[in-house]
Amino acid sequence: MQDFSNLLDRLIYTRSRNDKLGLISAYLKEAPDPDRGWVLAALTGELDFPTVKASAVRNMAMERVDETLFRLSRDFVGDTAETVALIWPEQIDKSAVGIPTVGEIVDELASVSRSDAPILLANFMDRMGSNERYALLKLATGGMRVGVSARLAKTAFAKTYDMPVEDIEEVWHALQPPYSELFAWGEGKADRPDLTGFPFFRPFMLAHPLEDRLIDLTDYAAEWKWDGIRIQIVGTGQETRLFSRGGDDITRSFPDVAEAFTAVGVLDGELLVRGEYQGGEAASFNALQQRLGRKKVSAKMQIEYPAFVRLYDILFDGETDLREQSWIDRRRTLERFVPKLNAERFDISTILEARDFEHLGEIRDGARDAAIEGVMLKRKDSPYISGRKTGLWYKWKRDPLVVDCVMMYAQRGSGKRSSFYSDYTFGCWTEDGELYPVGKAYSGFTDEELKMLDRFVRQNTLNRFGPVREVEKTMVLEVAFDSVHESKRHKSGLAMRFPRISRIRTDKPAEEADRVETLKKMIS
Amino acid sequence: MGMAQSSHWIEPHPHGIYIKPADAWIDPSRAVSRALVTHGHADHARGGHGKVWATPETLAIMNLRYGTNVGQPVSYGEGIELGGVKISYHSAGHVLGSAQILMEYQGERVVATGDYKRRADPTCASFEVIPCDIFITEATFGLPVFKHPSTDIEIQKLLSAKEAHPGRCILVGAYALGKAQRVIGELRAAGYHEPIYLHGALEKMCELYGELGVDLGDIQPVMETEKEVMRGQIILAPPSALNDRWSRRLPDPVTAMASGWMRVRQRARQRNVELPIIMSDHADWDELTQTIKDVSPTETWVTHGREDALVHWCALNQIKAKALELVGREEEDD
Repeated sequence: MQDFSNLLDRLIYTRSRNDKLGLISAYLKEAPDPDRGWVLAALTGELDFPTVKASAVRNMAMERVDETLFRLSRDFVGDTAETVALIWPEQIDKSAVGIPTVGEIVDELASVSRSDAPILLANFMDRMGSNERYALLKLATGGMRVGVSARLAKTAFAKTYDMPVEDIEEVWHALQPPYSELFAWGEGKADRPDLTGFPFFRPFMLAHPLEDRLIDLTDYAAEWKWDGIRIQIVGTGQETRLFSRGGDDITRSFPDVAEAFTAVGVLDGELLVRGEYQGGEAASFNALQQRLGRKKVSAKMQIEYPAFVRLYDILFDGETDLREQSWIDRRRTLERFVPKLNAERFDISTILEARDFEHLGEIRDGARDAAIEGVMLKRKDSPYISGRKTGLWYKWKRDPLVVDCVMMYAQRGSGKRSSFYSDYTFGCWTEDGELYPVGKAYSGFTDEELKMLDRFVRQNTLNRFGPVREVEKTMVLEVAFDSVHESKRHKSGLAMRFPRISRIRTDKPAEEADRVETLKKMIS
Repeated sequence: MGMAQSSHWIEPHPHGIYIKPADAWIDPSRAVSRALVTHGHADHARGGHGKVWATPETLAIMNLRYGTNVGQPVSYGEGIELGGVKISYHSAGHVLGSAQILMEYQGERVVATGDYKRRADPTCASFEVIPCDIFITEATFGLPVFKHPSTDIEIQKLLSAKEAHPGRCILVGAYALGKAQRVIGELRAAGYHEPIYLHGALEKMCELYGELGVDLGDIQPVMETEKEVMRGQIILAPPSALNDRWSRRLPDPVTAMASGWMRVRQRARQRNVELPIIMSDHADWDELTQTIKDVSPTETWVTHGREDALVHWCALNQIKAKALELVGREEEDD
């Protein structure tokens, strides 16, 4: 437990991504099983103790500490777990019983009843110093808030055993904490965990922005870039799962789609919502937003916002892996595959016929559909690889200029938004992997979205600087703007004209937001 | 001892505590004709007073800071009389020269602590318990979450960081008066005798400590030292310089800060601190409450800090107490 609490403490005070990776990696190498597996689960947000809630922590504290003193302390510290850890009256003979291990703690928390939870926690607390108490409470109630995303923790695991992070993401959803097979595989003591029959995630193939390149259309096929959520459908015949770009399992948000897919295979497509005013065509991203991030979707919601998938690619036909094949071969397989599917829920992305590149540009600019974001260009001979590789796939977005940024700071608005955090400062990544602020926006979202962003800010505050809150760097905002200029106001040396939030990209990992360089190339 | 109710001769005001018969103020936050100053920190000792009574060390510090020499030195344990009030100064253990002020008038005893701590400090005299009727205590760390760990543990944290990073330097943020010298003094007491390098803003105060008899060992100015020489060494700077352009001249610093506020993680994070050193020149919660028990006054007045919690604790323990709302105290000054 001391090693885990030291790790948490050091992560809190470490800013650099590489140093964080190093710290986690060193822990995973040294710590015994099953402790390290539980810690990996805690860092990736996979640990949940249904009977241990924040109220249990508060109630436990109230047994030992005067309520007014606790409240005044909580106000000052700003975090319940830390307040309780610091205020807990130290026991003199705590060494007598010894500090429990992470494994012992997890076992007991997993089996404790709701009414016994405060007693169990208090018992642990009495055996610990303040740093371990803090780690215990974070472990028990979730939400580490040490600036480590699930993706970063998986990357640290991959780095520890010198494996590509994509390999970890592939097997991740098939495994349960404390991940003993995963560690055994990493250490070379066992084969890759057997995933036969399990609907697991495969890393997506991604595209580079086209920017100023000119493309010869004899080598590339063009199709619409739909403005939905990129998803992967994995069907085993027994079960179907849907995964988002970051490898998150979003099956529960779209049961209508998952239930309609009974085939065996792995497909890549765009999840869209049918719009009633467009003759059953795809609706704007806003409509889709209604269904995102909901753990349970009501029948009404499913009727009002019926989801469907426009298929782009096929990775597996039955058990056959097609990823080494050329795009054109996979496309032929896809064209044979789609007619077997429920037409209400699945259709195929059409190929755009253009005489030449210039003509394609005209087609792109002429698109009026709100659900079209631009054009995709795919090399006809390209295999399906994980991640992006220059020259294979390009995205050619439609005007206005948009970039994906990461929210960094938020401030309360005024007038009708006075109680909401509605003014956002966002940033893009530098070459060195640091976020530099590039602009500030306070419009473009609906009232519903504002509520969601406000909640995000409140639940993910890292620091308070007077009225300004610094937030965890995990929320990706697509920012639309008219033009971008050089400026001394921001550290990035750039300023946007009329920036507004055009979309909230809860589906996109922060690491994949745009770079300052990309924005610089848009200077007019 | 007299009744607490008869204390009409002493009046709390937002800008200081007024002693009526003596026509004098304790630590006034604006210029007055007669001031009794507890110690040299800027929020207690201001320039521009007509006449100042303070310990010789505090006067030397004020002289260094304000260049004014209007002081009447009063040593620890020595007494003076102003307008019929017997006044004496007693060590507070906060910084060099810091004093509690005891006032006796018509049989009633009042002690104003200024700032204080109960732990040993190699750079200043220890706190003295003075029995009294009215005890005017500070409450900078007046919340039960504040329990300063043992100084040895925190000094070891610094020394281990130095061991672990031979290619970097350990840059410690510490306030110029008191904390900086204490960190040096504690390092020396722990057997560390290598040179310690100083930001320019700390040099004069460290020199003054030396002149006043506090030996800080080998201290060197950063300005006159080659970057390579400072690799693997300990450097002290005021907190404002930690994230400043100035620190770029240092070899890859590990940023540390020595302060009682470092106990709260988010506070340390706000300062971009990598290595929080929890070391305070103020009493922590247990020491504040223990001191009230030790002094055992009929009434406790609580000033600058988190008054609410300490006043509430007094109520829980059947001790008569009230909060004074003084202005101009800087809570960060530790």
